Amino acid sequence: MDNFLFIAFPYIALTLAIGVSIYRRLRQPYTYSSLSSEILEKRKLFWGSVPFHYGITLILLAHLLAAFLPGPAAWLLGDQTRRLVLEVTGMALGLYTFFGLVVLIIRRLAPKSLVQAATTYMDGLILFVLLIQIGSGTTIAIFDRWGGLWYLHTAVPWFWSLATFRPELVTVVSLPAFVKLHFVVGFLVILLFPFGRLVHLVMLPLQYLWRPYQVVIWNRRKPDSYVKEVAK
Amino acid sequence: MNIRAQVSMVFHLDKCIGCHTCSLACKNLWTDRPGTEYMWWNNVETKPGTGYPTLYEDQEQYSGGWVVENGKLRLRLGSRKSELVNISYNPRLPALDDYYHPFTYRYQDLIDAPPGEDQPVARPISMITGEDMEIEAGPNWDDSMGGSEIYAANDPNLKSLTEEERRQFFELQQLVYFYLPRICNHCLNPSCVAACPSGAIYKRGEDGIVLVSQEKCQGWRMCISGCPYKKVYFNWNSGKAEKCILCYPRMEMGEPPACMHTCVGKIRYLGVVLYDADRIEETASKPEAELVEAQRDLILNPFDPEVVRQALICGIDLKIIESAQKSPIYRYVKQWRMALPLHPEWRTLPMLFYIPPLLPVTATLSQEGYYEMDSEFFSSLESARLPIRYMASLFTSGDEAEVVAVYRKLLGVRIYKRAESVGDISMETAFQALKEAGLTPEDVEGIYHLTAIAGADERMVVPPFLREQAIEMGMDTQDFQEHRGFGNLIWPTRGL
Repeated sequence: MDNFLFIAFPYIALTLAIGVSIYRRLRQPYTYSSLSSEILEKRKLFWGSVPFHYGITLILLAHLLAAFLPGPAAWLLGDQTRRLVLEVTGMALGLYTFFGLVVLIIRRLAPKSLVQAATTYMDGLILFVLLIQIGSGTTIAIFDRWGGLWYLHTAVPWFWSLATFRPELVTVVSLPAFVKLHFVVGFLVILLFPFGRLVHLVMLPLQYLWRPYQVVIWNRRKPDSYVKEVAK
Repeated sequence: MNIRAQVSMVFHLDKCIGCHTCSLACKNLWTDRPGTEYMWWNNVETKPGTGYPTLYEDQEQYSGGWVVENGKLRLRLGSRKSELVNISYNPRLPALDDYYHPFTYRYQDLIDAPPGEDQPVARPISMITGEDMEIEAGPNWDDSMGGSEIYAANDPNLKSLTEEERRQFFELQQLVYFYLPRICNHCLNPSCVAACPSGAIYKRGEDGIVLVSQEKCQGWRMCISGCPYKKVYFNWNSGKAEKCILCYPRMEMGEPPACMHTCVGKIRYLGVVLYDADRIEETASKPEAELVEAQRDLILNPFDPEVVRQALICGIDLKIIESAQKSPIYRYVKQWRMALPLHPEWRTLPMLFYIPPLLPVTATLSQEGYYEMDSEFFSSLESARLPIRYMASLFTSGDEAEVVAVYRKLLGVRIYKRAESVGDISMETAFQALKEAGLTPEDVEGIYHLTAIAGADERMVVPPFLREQAIEMGMDTQDFQEHRGFGNLIWPTRGL
């Protein structure tokens, strides 16, 4: 069972996430969207979307950076003060994100809410899975202290063993069930990633920061640079 | 010079009767799908009034368009970074209430109602949820100044008037209004394009039509805030932004856009103009008072051999240049200087121009019931029912002289033609009026012809799009015979 949950399942989830995302981007680009429903409801969205997005972005970054750079992360956590600050920040961000997610769920479920017209079963499933994942993560942060530290010695070696195709479960199989749940649901989120609206995460338009303001597309003419050259 | 062609428009407001045929033609053609119920790519609003969506002109609230900061153009919405920061919640986005809750009626009730004493009634239902609802507003709730004390009184343009003028304005005998039909302006410096984080909105190089790529759009909603005219809408069903496409599929088949083709008052003119794309930014950064003139200056004379030569070098087809020479837009905007852009101070260089309405401005009935026209022919402008300042706030960012110049021309044409056909005004007076208006008798004949006589082909000069040529270069059209043309492989519904 552990072999399936911690070796096969992560590989399946990651393969599908990458494969389906790319396939969908290339073959069905129209279905890629953040699927905003802000136009239908604004006030609750503010209290839900802002905490959720900022919270989850920072928490995800912390998870990923610590996993990719375990050395610097260990150094960062090596000092008692820094560790305490990071621990409290993490806990606060977890609660902040969880609060946002709950508001978002209430917003969708509220009776007579217009947002229901723009809700699919997939949206509901994703919200439910995220609720378990963020809920379990926040609970771990509160009850199993110094997660930052033991994450580096349990989950991170496991990630690296998966990444190098030499799966090693020693560090994770003995963890409490609740923590294991967080791991498995984490990969479930990755599995669901390409099938719903979560794909908008990879479309974060950072290129906007440096692209020119105006976009002109020609159907059949030489590019502007050529025209400028000729017009001289 | 980097010459480009732009399909451009003039709406003659004196001729608009406010029948909304344009809006319905557009709605039936493009926005009768789920998610687009509330969209009116073409709408006709009553002025003074708050418009659609409500108070869209109030940029304090919506932050549309551009501002000049340290001599450089910047989106009023904020920096690019601030846009990305607000991407999960756009504080400047109008909510459905700022438009209206789209509704229909359950007509089946009329058929299913059991026999009884009362007339059966079709209940209003929401087009979003399908449930019963109370209708509280519509896209045109203040049509012809209905509810003027709530709607018209809050028109942002009235800020330019004094307290006394505003009071007089709303006295019943004084009450005056006109219609302002609006579609996307297909601006030369579009702020929706600039605001789109995904780069999904673009201007077509050949004709300047501004479109949203439905495949690139990720639903970040910044275009809706970025457009000061609020002519980009969010489809809540597909999660994509949509806007007026100037009926480019129709135009590519040689037909004018549906709103223009159906216009009952024949107020709409369409044609291609040539402009210098290298000067867009410079023009849009000019001081407010110079914007109208600068925009006119950007439009080039298609009869000038040098312009034609440059245009050919820039790859513009001779047929497009010929079409630009027939363009009624060039004549109204540049040659006669009668058509003005709506709210030039938003700096998007809108390419839809309006001839301001003369009638509500000067229509003061004398005791006999005739328009006072001959005695001191332009005096009526100063004592106008609708203050010139109001028009200036709409069309020239406050420059009254520019509006008065247009009105002198409108009056000049009327006086001259009246002297000619009715004869109760002497020709001498008429020539004097023309002189003061800055028109020649040939101008008058031209204006008169294009305003009152011209047929559809003269009013709407659809440029030749050379569509077949464009397609054949990329593919064999034989392969696509009997296809529907659009080639949508995936039905446009909400993604998964």
